[in-house]
Amino acid sequence: MVLTQQRNIVTRTWGSSVGKKFVMAVTGVIFLLYVIAHMIGNLKIFFGQETFDAYSEHLRTLGAEIFGYEGVLWIIRVVLLASVVLHMAAAFSLWYKAKRARPVGYQHKGHQGSYAARTMRWGGVIIALFVIWHILDLTLGTVNPDPAGGAYAKLVASFDRPIVAIFYIVAMVALSFHISHGLWSGIQTLGGNSAVKQHALKSFSIVVGVVIAVGFAIIPVSVMFGLVR
Amino acid sequence: MRITLRVWRQKNADAKGKMEKYKLDDVDEDMSFLEMLDVLNEKLILQGEDPVSFDHDCREGICGSCAMVINGTPHGPQKNTTTCQLHMRHFKDGDTIDVEPWRARAFPVIKDLVTDRSAFDQIIQAGGYVSVNTGSAPEAHATPVDKVSADDAFDAATCIGCGACVAACPNGSSMLFTAAKVTHLGLLPQGQPERQTRAISMLAKQDELDFGGCTNVGACAEVCPKGIPLASISRLNHDVLGATLAGARAD
Ligand code: HEM
Ligand code: SF4
Ligand code: FES
Repeated sequence: MVLTQQRNIVTRTWGSSVGKKFVMAVTGVIFLLYVIAHMIGNLKIFFGQETFDAYSEHLRTLGAEIFGYEGVLWIIRVVLLASVVLHMAAAFSLWYKAKRARPVGYQHKGHQGSYAARTMRWGGVIIALFVIWHILDLTLGTVNPDPAGGAYAKLVASFDRPIVAIFYIVAMVALSFHISHGLWSGIQTLGGNSAVKQHALKSFSIVVGVVIAVGFAIIPVSVMFGLVR
Repeated sequence: MRITLRVWRQKNADAKGKMEKYKLDDVDEDMSFLEMLDVLNEKLILQGEDPVSFDHDCREGICGSCAMVINGTPHGPQKNTTTCQLHMRHFKDGDTIDVEPWRARAFPVIKDLVTDRSAFDQIIQAGGYVSVNTGSAPEAHATPVDKVSADDAFDAATCIGCGACVAACPNGSSMLFTAAKVTHLGLLPQGQPERQTRAISMLAKQDELDFGGCTNVGACAEVCPKGIPLASISRLNHDVLGATLAGARAD
């Protein structure tokens, strides 16, 4: 077989359904790494206001000698934003393709596939809406009761509203489902699954999804129960 | 056994179909599902009505013809079993059973439960073959194949092309079928020359024919009568990734 270059790698990748899945898998890995780092950072809330606000400030001065104030943070923001755009574009393209592939549905609906797998699309939409709210609330302070406060003050003020705290916890459940299927699915997409490994990989992904959700949700729960003031 | 059937009836490809109710009072639990439909059709013919059209051929689970969705599950409730091998003892007296055709744009309904599945033939033509020189048959031991590859290739080769994977998939994707072929041929030494181009060519054809894109839901492997593992899709993805990065092309 002669290996010759056909079109360029971008159209070659975006031009096939599996290529779009490669994009979703790679951007998914970026989200996962971010979410893990973010969760570990958030847990500093339990070390008190000073530590947490210092951490928030540290995020902004990190690498400032080279990238300037908030430089690293902006690089992360740009990478995440680009990943969100690509992840969603691929997801909507495959969603549309799926709608097209079955113009007439079944009278008697079947229920094959796990709950997490079947709710990836709407679950993803919920997480995206959550992230928008979340930035307005804790980063920009637009919808926060204490918009002028530091990171710690904003967080406590926000979760003092039970509805908001519950909304956060629900979003974390959605995130946990998304990761539980998404991590395994990404490994399968990148060619790393096999019949022997499948069970272990699926279990591992569920554990990662649950640990992340619990790691995030423990904060609004603690504020609600007065453990973090 | 007394069984109530609700069957999709559609005169032809362009007609609007609907579910039609039939009652059967004398179903034997040792009948296969197709034999039960034969009994229904005898009754319909005697009454001067149009019998229910359905595909069938071998009736022993190897040809892949007997396509129908039974109570929302392609090939019905019994795991690793085609409709023709499904027996009525898996249902209860008084049950109502819904029977529908495969639903996919790439598998248009021709009549009642019969769909046109030639789209699968087109996927095979796009790359589901190995190139072999004509002439006398080669000596069988000339090309050694290790035991694991031989076994896995054989397991993948048991795919009968029934299309249940497409029917079950919420995306209407034919990924498990294509992956079974890519696994079967790609594991064997004879399949190596076309390994990368096979994966991208068959995938491109599947995309072009309006099958959906796979999102690893796994419904396909749950209903596959031959137990083709979901992980074979990972092997297909692996070959597609390699071909995409290398820029392999078929012509
Ligand atoms: C309940 C759990 C969570 C808590 C308590 C939390 C807390 C915070 C806080 C305090 C900030 C502001 C940090 C600062 O400006 O110093 C923030 C920003 C952010 N969080 Fe979360 N977060 C949670 C869950 C999540 C999840 C699950 C995601 C994404 C999947 C996420 C994505 C983001 C993003 C994108 C930002 C904005 C980063 C920026 O642009 O600066 N968060 N979060
Ligand atoms: S993979 Fe299984 S369900 Fe799909 S066509 Fe082959 S035998 Fe049928
Ligand atoms: S009729 Fe051949 S597999 Fe069922």
